[in-house]
Amino acid sequence: MAESRYMTINMGPQHPATHGVLRLLLELDGEIVVKAEPHIGYLHRGVEKLSESLTYPQALTMTDRLDYTSALSNNLAYCLAVEKLLDINVPKRAQYLRVLFAELQRIAAHLLWVATHALDLGAMTVLFYAFRERETILEALELVTGARLTPSFVRIGGLAGDIPDTFLPRVKNFVEDFPKRVDDYETLLTENIIWKKRTKNIAPMSGEECINYGVTGPVLRASGVYYDVRKAYPYSSYEDFDFEIPLGKHGDVYDRYLVRLKEMRQSNRIVKQAMEKLPEGPIAAFDALQVVPPAKEEVGRDISALIRHFKIMQEGFRPPCGEVYASVESSKGELGFYIISDGSNKPFRMKIRPPSFVNLGALPKMIEGQMVADVVAAIGSIDIVLGEIDR
Amino acid sequence: MAGDLLKGKFPEAILNIEEFRRETSITVDPGKIREVMAFLKESEGLFYDLLLDLAGVDFEGCSPRFMIAYLLHSTKFNKKLRIKARVAEGVPMDTVSDIWKSADWMEREVYDMFGIKFNNHPDLKRILLTDDFVGHPLRKDFPVEGPDFGQPFNVCLEEER
Repeated sequence: MAESRYMTINMGPQHPATHGVLRLLLELDGEIVVKAEPHIGYLHRGVEKLSESLTYPQALTMTDRLDYTSALSNNLAYCLAVEKLLDINVPKRAQYLRVLFAELQRIAAHLLWVATHALDLGAMTVLFYAFRERETILEALELVTGARLTPSFVRIGGLAGDIPDTFLPRVKNFVEDFPKRVDDYETLLTENIIWKKRTKNIAPMSGEECINYGVTGPVLRASGVYYDVRKAYPYSSYEDFDFEIPLGKHGDVYDRYLVRLKEMRQSNRIVKQAMEKLPEGPIAAFDALQVVPPAKEEVGRDISALIRHFKIMQEGFRPPCGEVYASVESSKGELGFYIISDGSNKPFRMKIRPPSFVNLGALPKMIEGQMVADVVAAIGSIDIVLGEIDR
Repeated sequence: MAGDLLKGKFPEAILNIEEFRRETSITVDPGKIREVMAFLKESEGLFYDLLLDLAGVDFEGCSPRFMIAYLLHSTKFNKKLRIKARVAEGVPMDTVSDIWKSADWMEREVYDMFGIKFNNHPDLKRILLTDDFVGHPLRKDFPVEGPDFGQPFNVCLEEER
Protein backbone atom coordinates (compact mmCIF):
# COMPACT_ATOMS: atom_id res chain seq x y z
CA MET A 1 0.00 0.00 0.00
CA ALA A 2 1.28 3.40 -0.93
CA GLU A 3 0.43 5.19 2.31
CA SER A 4 2.16 2.66 4.54
CA ARG A 5 5.46 3.24 2.79
CA TYR A 6 6.16 6.42 4.74
CA MET A 7 6.26 6.74 8.46
CA THR A 8 5.36 10.02 10.11
CA ILE A 9 7.19 10.83 13.30
CA ASN A 10 6.99 13.74 15.63
CA MET A 11 10.23 15.34 16.81
CA GLY A 12 9.71 17.73 19.68
CA PRO A 13 8.40 20.08 21.02
CA GLN A 14 10.09 18.51 24.03
CA HIS A 15 13.31 17.21 22.59
CA PRO A 16 16.84 18.05 23.77
CA ALA A 17 18.18 18.56 20.26
CA THR A 18 15.54 20.99 19.03
CA HIS A 19 16.97 23.81 21.19
CA GLY A 20 13.72 24.90 22.72
CA VAL A 21 10.16 24.12 21.80
CA LEU A 22 10.41 23.38 18.11
CA ARG A 23 8.26 20.59 16.75
CA LEU A 24 9.17 18.87 13.53
CA LEU A 25 6.77 16.64 11.67
CA LEU A 26 8.98 14.25 9.73
CA GLU A 27 7.84 11.91 7.03
CA LEU A 28 10.33 9.09 6.66
CA ASP A 29 11.06 6.58 3.97
CA GLY A 30 13.16 4.18 6.01
CA GLU A 31 15.85 6.47 7.33
CA ILE A 32 15.49 9.12 4.64
CA VAL A 33 13.50 12.27 5.35
CA VAL A 34 10.93 12.74 2.61
CA LYS A 35 9.14 15.73 4.03
CA ALA A 36 9.71 17.93 7.03
CA GLU A 37 7.36 20.50 8.46
CA PRO A 38 8.39 22.70 11.37
CA HIS A 39 5.64 23.71 13.79
CA ILE A 40 6.45 26.81 15.79
CA GLY A 41 4.69 29.23 18.09
CA TYR A 42 4.87 27.36 21.38
CA LEU A 43 6.69 30.34 22.92
CA HIS A 44 4.52 33.05 21.38
CA ARG A 45 4.07 35.91 23.84
CA GLY A 46 2.87 38.61 21.47
CA VAL A 47 5.89 40.88 21.80
CA GLU A 48 4.86 42.97 18.80
CA LYS A 49 1.33 43.45 20.14
CA LEU A 50 2.53 44.24 23.66
CA SER A 51 5.00 46.83 22.35
CA GLU A 52 2.13 48.79 20.84
CA SER A 53 0.81 49.43 24.35
CA LEU A 54 4.17 50.40 25.87
CA THR A 55 6.08 53.66 25.55
CA TYR A 56 9.32 53.61 23.59
CA PRO A 57 11.61 53.32 26.65
CA GLN A 58 9.39 50.59 28.12
CA ALA A 59 9.29 48.54 24.93
CA LEU A 60 13.06 48.13 25.20
CA THR A 61 12.62 45.50 27.89
CA MET A 62 10.65 43.35 25.45
CA THR A 63 13.68 43.05 23.19
CA ASP A 64 15.76 41.28 25.87
CA ARG A 65 13.38 38.39 25.65
CA LEU A 66 13.70 37.74 21.93
CA ASP A 67 17.07 36.11 21.38
CA TYR A 68 17.93 35.61 25.02
CA THR A 69 21.44 34.41 24.21
CA SER A 70 22.44 37.84 22.92
CA ALA A 71 20.12 40.33 24.56
CA LEU A 72 22.48 43.30 24.18
CA SER A 73 22.42 42.93 20.38
CA ASN A 74 18.62 43.02 20.48
CA ASN A 75 18.67 46.15 22.66
CA LEU A 76 21.07 47.71 20.20
CA ALA A 77 18.91 46.95 17.15
CA TYR A 78 15.82 48.43 18.79
CA CYS A 79 17.66 51.54 20.01
CA LEU A 80 19.18 52.12 16.57
CA ALA A 81 15.72 52.06 15.04
CA VAL A 82 14.26 54.52 17.56
CA GLU A 83 17.32 56.77 17.29
CA LYS A 84 16.93 56.78 13.52
CA LEU A 85 13.29 57.76 13.95
CA LEU A 86 14.26 60.57 16.33
CA ASP A 87 17.31 61.48 14.24
CA ILE A 88 19.67 61.79 17.20
CA ASN A 89 23.39 61.03 17.28
CA VAL A 90 24.97 58.92 19.97
CA PRO A 91 28.38 59.97 21.39
CA LYS A 92 31.43 58.02 20.26
CA ARG A 93 32.17 56.49 23.65
CA ALA A 94 28.68 54.99 23.79
CA GLN A 95 29.02 53.70 20.23
CA TYR A 96 32.33 51.99 20.99
CA LEU A 97 30.98 50.47 24.18
CA ARG A 98 27.95 49.23 22.25
CA VAL A 99 30.27 47.54 19.78
CA LEU A 100 32.25 46.05 22.65
CA PHE A 101 29.12 44.65 24.29
CA ALA A 102 27.64 43.39 21.03
CA GLU A 103 30.83 41.53 20.14
CA LEU A 104 31.19 40.02 23.61
CA GLN A 105 27.61 38.84 23.28
CA ARG A 106 28.34 37.39 19.88
CA ILE A 107 31.25 35.41 21.35
CA ALA A 108 29.05 34.25 24.23
CA ALA A 109 26.25 33.22 21.85
CA HIS A 110 28.62 31.39 19.53
CA LEU A 111 30.21 29.63 22.52
CA LEU A 112 26.78 28.47 23.62
CA TRP A 113 26.18 27.33 20.06
CA VAL A 114 29.42 25.39 19.67
CA ALA A 115 28.87 23.76 23.07
CA THR A 116 25.32 22.58 22.43
CA HIS A 117 25.87 21.74 18.79
CA ALA A 118 28.83 19.53 19.64
CA LEU A 119 26.84 17.98 22.47
CA ASP A 120 24.01 17.17 20.04
CA LEU A 121 26.46 15.32 17.83
CA GLY A 122 28.04 13.42 20.72
CA ALA A 123 31.15 15.50 21.36
CA MET A 124 30.53 16.31 24.98
CA THR A 125 33.91 17.69 26.07
CA VAL A 126 33.61 20.98 24.18
CA LEU A 127 30.67 21.97 26.33
CA PHE A 128 32.75 22.13 29.51
CA TYR A 129 35.43 24.31 27.93
CA ALA A 130 33.05 26.60 26.04
CA PHE A 131 30.86 27.17 29.08
CA ARG A 132 33.90 28.17 31.12
CA GLU A 133 34.68 31.00 28.68
CA ARG A 134 31.03 31.96 28.33
CA GLU A 135 30.84 32.27 32.09
CA THR A 136 33.77 34.71 32.05
CA ILE A 137 31.95 36.90 29.54
CA LEU A 138 28.63 36.75 31.37
CA GLU A 139 30.33 37.66 34.66
CA ALA A 140 32.02 40.65 33.02
CA LEU A 141 28.72 41.77 31.49
CA GLU A 142 26.98 41.26 34.79
CA LEU A 143 29.52 43.58 36.38
CA VAL A 144 28.39 46.33 34.02
CA THR A 145 24.71 45.67 33.48
CA GLY A 146 23.74 43.87 36.66
CA ALA A 147 22.11 41.03 34.73
CA ARG A 148 23.24 37.92 32.91
CA LEU A 149 20.27 37.35 30.68
CA THR A 150 18.11 40.47 30.47
CA PRO A 151 20.41 43.49 30.71
CA SER A 152 18.32 46.25 28.95
CA PHE A 153 21.56 48.20 29.20
CA VAL A 154 21.72 49.78 25.77
CA ARG A 155 19.22 52.64 26.00
CA ILE A 156 17.69 54.97 23.48
CA GLY A 157 20.29 57.71 23.01
CA GLY A 158 23.20 55.86 24.58
CA LEU A 159 23.77 53.53 27.50
CA ALA A 160 22.23 53.18 30.95
CA GLY A 161 25.55 53.96 32.64
CA ASP A 162 29.31 53.98 32.28
CA ILE A 163 31.50 50.93 32.82
CA PRO A 164 33.09 50.35 36.23
CA ASP A 165 36.91 50.52 36.50
CA THR A 166 37.26 46.79 37.02
CA PHE A 167 35.51 45.91 33.75
CA LEU A 168 38.19 46.63 31.17
CA PRO A 169 41.03 44.73 32.96
CA ARG A 170 38.73 41.70 33.14
CA VAL A 171 37.86 41.86 29.46
CA LYS A 172 41.53 42.44 28.64
CA ASN A 173 42.50 39.22 30.40
CA PHE A 174 39.79 37.38 28.53
CA VAL A 175 40.73 38.81 25.14
CA GLU A 176 44.41 37.89 25.57
CA ASP A 177 43.48 34.39 26.54
CA PHE A 178 40.65 33.67 24.14
CA PRO A 179 42.43 32.85 20.83
CA LYS A 180 44.23 29.99 22.60
CA ARG A 181 40.90 28.72 23.87
CA VAL A 182 39.46 28.68 20.37
CA ASP A 183 42.54 26.68 19.32
CA ASP A 184 41.60 24.21 22.05
CA TYR A 185 38.08 23.77 20.64
CA GLU A 186 39.55 23.34 17.22
CA THR A 187 41.88 20.56 18.36
CA LEU A 188 38.81 18.78 19.71
CA LEU A 189 36.65 19.17 16.61
CA THR A 190 38.10 20.61 13.41
CA GLU A 191 40.22 17.63 12.37
CA ASN A 192 38.27 15.10 14.38
CA ILE A 193 37.31 12.30 12.00
CA ILE A 194 33.97 11.59 13.71
CA TRP A 195 33.08 15.29 13.72
CA LYS A 196 33.90 15.58 10.03
CA LYS A 197 31.85 12.54 9.16
CA ARG A 198 28.87 13.91 11.05
CA THR A 199 29.07 17.40 9.52
CA LYS A 200 30.70 17.37 6.07
CA ASN A 201 28.25 17.46 3.16
CA ILE A 202 25.34 17.42 5.57
CA ALA A 203 22.37 19.73 4.91
CA PRO A 204 24.10 21.77 2.20
CA MET A 205 22.64 24.99 0.81
CA SER A 206 24.01 26.91 -2.15
CA GLY A 207 24.38 30.67 -2.03
CA GLU A 208 21.44 31.26 -4.39
CA GLU A 209 19.19 28.96 -2.38
CA CYS A 210 20.12 30.77 0.83
CA ILE A 211 19.27 34.15 -0.70
CA ASN A 212 16.01 32.81 -2.08
CA TYR A 213 15.05 31.55 1.38
CA GLY A 214 16.08 34.86 2.96
CA VAL A 215 18.74 33.19 5.09
CA THR A 216 21.23 35.59 6.71
CA GLY A 217 24.08 35.36 9.18
CA PRO A 218 26.71 32.62 9.47
CA VAL A 219 24.53 30.16 7.53
CA LEU A 220 24.48 32.47 4.50
CA ARG A 221 28.18 33.24 4.76
CA ALA A 222 29.02 29.54 5.03
CA SER A 223 27.56 29.26 1.52
CA GLY A 224 30.02 31.87 0.30
CA VAL A 225 27.77 34.93 0.11
CA TYR A 226 29.41 38.08 1.42
CA TYR A 227 26.64 39.77 3.35
CA ASP A 228 27.13 41.09 6.84
CA VAL A 229 25.18 44.10 8.10
CA ARG A 230 28.30 45.32 9.91
CA LYS A 231 29.98 45.81 6.53
CA ALA A 232 26.98 46.40 4.28
CA TYR A 233 25.31 49.09 6.37
CA PRO A 234 27.81 49.97 9.13
CA TYR A 235 26.13 51.10 12.35
CA SER A 236 27.50 52.21 15.69
CA SER A 237 30.95 53.08 14.22
CA TYR A 238 31.71 49.59 12.87
CA GLU A 239 33.46 51.33 9.99
CA ASP A 240 36.22 52.35 12.45
CA PHE A 241 37.19 48.76 13.18
CA ASP A 242 39.39 46.44 11.23
CA PHE A 243 37.91 42.96 10.89
CA GLU A 244 37.19 40.34 8.28
CA ILE A 245 34.03 38.49 7.33
CA PRO A 246 34.80 34.76 7.23
CA LEU A 247 33.23 32.90 4.34
CA GLY A 248 32.66 29.21 3.70
CA LYS A 249 32.56 27.30 0.42
CA HIS A 250 30.23 24.34 0.58
CA GLY A 251 27.43 25.67 2.78
CA ASP A 252 27.29 22.45 4.79
CA VAL A 253 27.18 21.96 8.54
CA TYR A 254 30.97 21.78 8.73
CA ASP A 255 31.44 25.13 6.98
CA ARG A 256 28.89 26.75 9.26
CA TYR A 257 30.92 25.49 12.18
CA LEU A 258 34.15 26.88 10.69
CA VAL A 259 32.57 30.25 9.91
CA ARG A 260 31.33 30.63 13.47
CA LEU A 261 34.69 29.72 14.98
CA LYS A 262 36.43 32.24 12.72
CA GLU A 263 33.80 34.82 13.61
CA MET A 264 34.65 34.40 17.27
CA ARG A 265 38.26 35.21 16.51
CA GLN A 266 37.22 38.28 14.54
CA SER A 267 34.90 39.41 17.32
CA ASN A 268 37.80 39.04 19.69
CA ARG A 269 39.82 41.38 17.48
CA ILE A 270 37.00 43.93 17.48
CA VAL A 271 36.71 43.81 21.27
CA LYS A 272 40.45 44.39 21.53
CA GLN A 273 40.31 47.39 19.20
CA ALA A 274 37.27 48.83 20.95
CA MET A 275 39.12 48.72 24.25
CA GLU A 276 42.27 50.30 22.82
CA LYS A 277 40.43 53.06 20.97
CA LEU A 278 37.75 53.70 23.58
CA PRO A 279 37.32 57.50 23.68
CA GLU A 280 36.46 59.52 26.75
CA GLY A 281 33.21 61.45 26.88
CA PRO A 282 29.54 61.13 27.73
CA ILE A 283 27.80 57.73 27.48
CA ALA A 284 24.50 59.10 26.17
CA ALA A 285 23.22 61.98 24.04
CA PHE A 286 22.38 64.11 27.08
CA ASP A 287 21.67 67.09 24.83
CA ALA A 288 18.55 65.32 23.53
CA LEU A 289 16.62 66.55 26.57
CA GLN A 290 13.26 65.07 25.57
CA VAL A 291 14.66 61.58 25.06
CA VAL A 292 17.58 60.80 27.35
CA PRO A 293 16.91 61.00 31.09
CA PRO A 294 19.52 62.96 33.10
CA ALA A 295 22.31 61.09 34.86
CA LYS A 296 21.66 59.77 38.35
CA GLU A 297 23.94 62.27 40.14
CA GLU A 298 22.09 65.16 38.55
CA VAL A 299 18.72 63.76 39.57
CA GLY A 300 19.78 63.80 43.21
CA ARG A 301 20.99 67.40 42.97
CA ASP A 302 18.56 69.23 40.75
CA ILE A 303 14.76 69.27 41.07
CA SER A 304 14.18 70.05 37.38
CA ALA A 305 16.35 67.07 36.41
CA LEU A 306 14.29 64.90 38.75
CA ILE A 307 11.06 66.04 37.11
CA ARG A 308 12.47 65.49 33.64
CA HIS A 309 13.66 62.00 34.58
CA PHE A 310 10.23 61.18 35.95
CA LYS A 311 8.44 62.50 32.86
CA ILE A 312 10.61 60.53 30.43
CA MET A 313 10.16 57.33 32.43
CA GLN A 314 6.41 57.83 32.85
CA GLU A 315 5.34 59.29 29.53
CA GLY A 316 8.22 58.60 27.21
CA PHE A 317 8.63 60.93 24.26
CA ARG A 318 6.88 61.64 20.99
CA PRO A 319 8.92 60.94 17.86
CA PRO A 320 7.85 62.46 14.52
CA CYS A 321 5.48 60.53 12.24
CA GLY A 322 7.27 58.20 9.90
CA GLU A 323 8.64 54.73 9.45
CA VAL A 324 12.17 53.41 9.80
CA TYR A 325 13.99 50.12 9.59
CA ALA A 326 17.26 49.54 11.39
CA SER A 327 19.13 46.29 11.65
CA VAL A 328 22.20 44.79 13.26
CA GLU A 329 24.18 41.66 12.59
CA SER A 330 23.23 39.58 15.59
CA SER A 331 24.88 36.24 16.24
CA LYS A 332 22.12 34.51 14.22
CA GLY A 333 21.84 36.87 11.25
CA GLU A 334 20.18 40.15 10.38
CA LEU A 335 18.00 41.31 13.24
CA GLY A 336 15.86 44.24 12.17
CA PHE A 337 13.21 46.49 13.69
CA TYR A 338 10.64 48.15 11.47
CA ILE A 339 8.92 50.85 13.49
CA ILE A 340 6.01 52.99 12.37
CA SER A 341 5.33 56.09 14.44
CA ASP A 342 2.05 58.00 14.39
CA GLY A 343 3.50 60.80 16.50
CA SER A 344 2.33 59.37 19.83
CA ASN A 345 4.54 58.11 22.65
CA LYS A 346 3.95 54.46 21.75
CA PRO A 347 5.04 52.67 18.59
CA PHE A 348 2.10 52.38 16.18
CA ARG A 349 3.61 49.19 14.79
CA MET A 350 6.81 47.44 15.70
CA LYS A 351 7.69 44.63 13.36
CA ILE A 352 10.65 42.52 14.35
CA ARG A 353 12.63 40.76 11.67
CA PRO A 354 14.04 37.83 13.60
CA PRO A 355 16.90 36.05 11.83
CA SER A 356 16.08 32.65 13.33
CA PHE A 357 12.49 32.72 12.05
CA VAL A 358 13.56 33.22 8.45
CA ASN A 359 16.52 30.85 8.72
CA LEU A 360 14.32 28.10 10.14
CA GLY A 361 12.10 28.43 7.07
CA ALA A 362 14.96 26.92 5.09
CA LEU A 363 15.22 23.85 7.32
CA PRO A 364 12.84 21.64 5.26
CA LYS A 365 14.90 22.43 2.18
CA MET A 366 18.08 21.46 4.04
CA ILE A 367 16.97 18.14 5.42
CA GLU A 368 14.67 16.70 2.77
CA GLY A 369 16.50 13.77 1.24
CA GLN A 370 18.92 13.51 4.16
CA MET A 371 19.19 10.84 6.84
CA VAL A 372 17.03 11.23 9.93
CA ALA A 373 20.11 11.24 12.20
CA ASP A 374 21.40 14.31 10.37
CA VAL A 375 18.29 16.33 11.18
CA VAL A 376 19.82 17.05 14.58
CA ALA A 377 23.02 18.29 12.93
CA ALA A 378 21.03 20.51 10.56
CA ILE A 379 18.92 22.09 13.31
CA GLY A 380 22.02 22.75 15.36
CA SER A 381 23.84 24.29 12.42
CA ILE A 382 21.17 26.99 11.89
CA ASP A 383 21.51 28.08 15.52
CA ILE A 384 17.90 28.89 16.30
CA VAL A 385 16.54 30.53 19.42
CA LEU A 386 12.84 29.97 19.84
CA GLY A 387 12.33 33.11 21.90
CA GLU A 388 13.06 35.07 18.77
CA ILE A 389 11.17 32.84 16.34
CA ASP A 390 7.92 32.81 18.29
CA ARG A 391 8.21 36.31 19.76
CA MET B 1 16.88 55.35 -8.87
CA ALA B 2 14.66 52.33 -8.41
CA GLY B 3 11.71 54.70 -8.26
CA ASP B 4 12.46 56.27 -11.66
CA LEU B 5 12.98 52.88 -13.28
CA LEU B 6 9.73 51.57 -11.86
CA LYS B 7 7.86 54.70 -12.91
CA GLY B 8 9.11 54.26 -16.45
CA LYS B 9 8.13 50.63 -16.55
CA PHE B 10 4.83 50.73 -14.64
CA PRO B 11 3.48 54.30 -14.88
CA GLU B 12 0.05 53.41 -13.46
CA ALA B 13 1.14 50.98 -10.75
CA ILE B 14 3.38 53.37 -8.83
CA LEU B 15 1.19 55.42 -6.56
CA ASN B 16 3.64 57.25 -4.36
CA ILE B 17 7.38 57.55 -3.70
CA GLU B 18 8.55 58.92 -0.38
CA GLU B 19 11.85 59.41 1.37
CA PHE B 20 12.25 59.46 5.14
CA ARG B 21 15.54 59.22 7.04
CA ARG B 22 17.35 58.16 3.86
CA GLU B 23 14.95 55.25 3.30
CA THR B 24 12.92 55.03 0.11
CA SER B 25 9.39 53.66 0.24
CA ILE B 26 7.40 53.09 -2.92
CA THR B 27 3.66 52.53 -2.72
CA VAL B 28 2.35 50.34 -5.51
CA ASP B 29 -1.04 49.17 -6.70
CA PRO B 30 -1.71 45.83 -4.92
CA GLY B 31 -3.08 44.34 -8.14
CA LYS B 32 0.27 44.85 -9.84
CA ILE B 33 2.44 43.62 -6.97
CA ARG B 34 3.63 40.45 -8.70
CA GLU B 35 4.73 42.24 -11.88
CA VAL B 36 6.54 44.92 -9.88
CA MET B 37 8.26 42.40 -7.61
CA ALA B 38 9.36 40.14 -10.45
CA PHE B 39 10.75 43.19 -12.24
CA LEU B 40 12.62 44.35 -9.13
CA LYS B 41 14.15 40.94 -8.67
CA GLU B 42 15.15 40.21 -12.24
CA SER B 43 15.93 43.62 -13.70
CA GLU B 44 19.66 44.06 -14.43
CA GLY B 45 20.06 47.47 -12.87
CA LEU B 46 18.14 46.68 -9.67
CA PHE B 47 18.60 43.04 -8.74
CA TYR B 48 16.73 43.07 -5.43
CA ASP B 49 17.31 39.37 -4.81
CA LEU B 50 16.85 39.16 -1.03
CA LEU B 51 13.42 39.64 0.54
CA LEU B 52 14.39 40.63 4.08
CA ASP B 53 11.06 41.32 5.65
CA LEU B 54 7.35 41.35 5.02
CA ALA B 55 5.25 43.23 7.51
CA GLY B 56 1.53 43.73 7.85
CA VAL B 57 0.16 46.94 9.32
CA ASP B 58 -3.39 47.72 10.42
CA PHE B 59 -4.57 51.31 9.93
CA GLU B 60 -7.96 50.84 11.51
CA GLY B 61 -10.41 53.50 10.43
CA CYS B 62 -8.54 54.28 7.22
CA SER B 63 -9.43 53.04 3.80
CA PRO B 64 -7.98 50.72 2.62
CA ARG B 65 -7.49 49.30 6.07
CA PHE B 66 -4.27 47.26 5.78
CA MET B 67 -0.81 47.79 4.45
CA ILE B 68 1.82 45.24 3.55
CA ALA B 69 5.43 46.42 3.54
CA TYR B 70 8.08 44.41 1.72
CA LEU B 71 11.71 45.14 2.52
CA LEU B 72 14.12 44.22 -0.24
CA HIS B 73 17.90 44.12 -0.35
CA SER B 74 20.15 43.84 -3.35
CA THR B 75 23.23 41.73 -2.63
CA LYS B 76 24.82 43.02 -5.83
CA PHE B 77 24.35 46.76 -5.34
CA ASN B 78 24.06 46.75 -1.55
CA LYS B 79 20.85 48.76 -1.50
CA LYS B 80 17.59 48.52 0.38
CA LEU B 81 14.11 49.36 -0.85
CA ARG B 82 10.70 49.23 0.76
CA ILE B 83 7.64 48.45 -1.31
CA LYS B 84 4.25 49.11 0.21
CA ALA B 85 0.80 48.10 -0.89
CA ARG B 86 -2.53 49.01 0.69
CA VAL B 87 -5.17 46.30 0.86
CA ALA B 88 -8.77 46.56 1.94
CA GLU B 89 -10.31 44.24 4.51
CA GLY B 90 -11.44 40.94 3.03
CA VAL B 91 -9.55 41.47 -0.22
CA PRO B 92 -6.86 38.85 -0.85
CA MET B 93 -3.36 39.81 -1.86
CA ASP B 94 -1.28 38.06 -4.51
CA THR B 95 1.47 35.89 -3.09
CA VAL B 96 5.13 36.53 -3.84
CA SER B 97 6.22 33.22 -2.31
CA ASP B 98 7.06 31.81 -5.74
CA ILE B 99 9.36 34.79 -6.40
CA TRP B 100 11.09 34.54 -3.02
CA LYS B 101 10.77 31.36 -0.98
CA SER B 102 11.30 33.41 2.18
CA ALA B 103 7.88 35.00 1.64
CA ASP B 104 6.21 31.64 2.37
CA TRP B 105 6.47 31.87 6.16
CA MET B 106 6.28 35.66 6.23
CA GLU B 107 2.94 35.65 4.41
CA ARG B 108 1.68 32.94 6.72
CA GLU B 109 2.57 35.19 9.65
CA VAL B 110 0.71 38.14 8.12
CA TYR B 111 -2.31 35.89 7.56
CA ASP B 112 -2.08 34.65 11.14
CA MET B 113 -1.76 38.10 12.70
CA PHE B 114 -3.97 40.21 10.40
CA GLY B 115 -6.21 37.80 8.55
CA ILE B 116 -5.06 38.98 5.13
CA LYS B 117 -5.36 36.13 2.65
CA PHE B 118 -2.84 35.49 -0.10
CA ASN B 119 -3.87 34.11 -3.50
CA ASN B 120 -2.04 30.99 -4.67
CA HIS B 121 0.00 30.61 -1.50
CA PRO B 122 1.17 26.96 -1.31
CA ASP B 123 0.15 26.36 2.31
CA LEU B 124 -1.73 29.28 3.84
CA LYS B 125 -2.46 28.46 7.48
CA ARG B 126 -1.65 29.87 10.89
CA ILE B 127 2.01 29.73 11.87
CA LEU B 128 2.53 31.11 15.38
CA LEU B 129 -0.95 30.61 16.83
CA THR B 130 -2.91 27.41 17.14
CA ASP B 131 -5.23 26.33 14.34
CA ASP B 132 -8.33 26.80 16.50
CA PHE B 133 -7.44 30.35 17.58
CA VAL B 134 -10.21 32.87 16.96
CA GLY B 135 -9.29 36.33 15.71
CA HIS B 136 -6.16 38.01 14.44
CA PRO B 137 -4.21 39.56 17.32
CA LEU B 138 -2.23 42.30 15.59
CA ARG B 139 -5.40 43.98 14.36
CA LYS B 140 -5.96 47.17 16.28
CA ASP B 141 -9.44 46.11 17.41
CA PHE B 142 -8.06 42.97 19.11
CA PRO B 143 -7.65 43.72 22.84
CA VAL B 144 -4.11 43.43 24.20
CA GLU B 145 -5.21 41.40 27.20
CA GLY B 146 -7.08 38.93 24.98
CA PRO B 147 -10.79 38.62 24.13
CA ASP B 148 -11.54 36.30 27.07
CA PHE B 149 -9.92 38.44 29.76
CA GLY B 150 -12.06 38.67 32.86
CA GLN B 151 -14.42 35.96 31.67
CA PRO B 152 -15.01 33.12 34.11
CA PHE B 153 -13.78 29.68 33.14
CA ASN B 154 -16.39 27.30 31.81
CA VAL B 155 -15.67 24.85 34.62
CA CYS B 156 -16.63 27.43 37.26
CA LEU B 157 -19.91 28.17 35.50
CA GLU B 158 -20.92 24.54 35.59
CA GLU B 159 -20.30 24.40 39.35
CA GLU B 160 -22.48 27.45 39.93
CA ARG B 161 -25.36 25.88 38.08
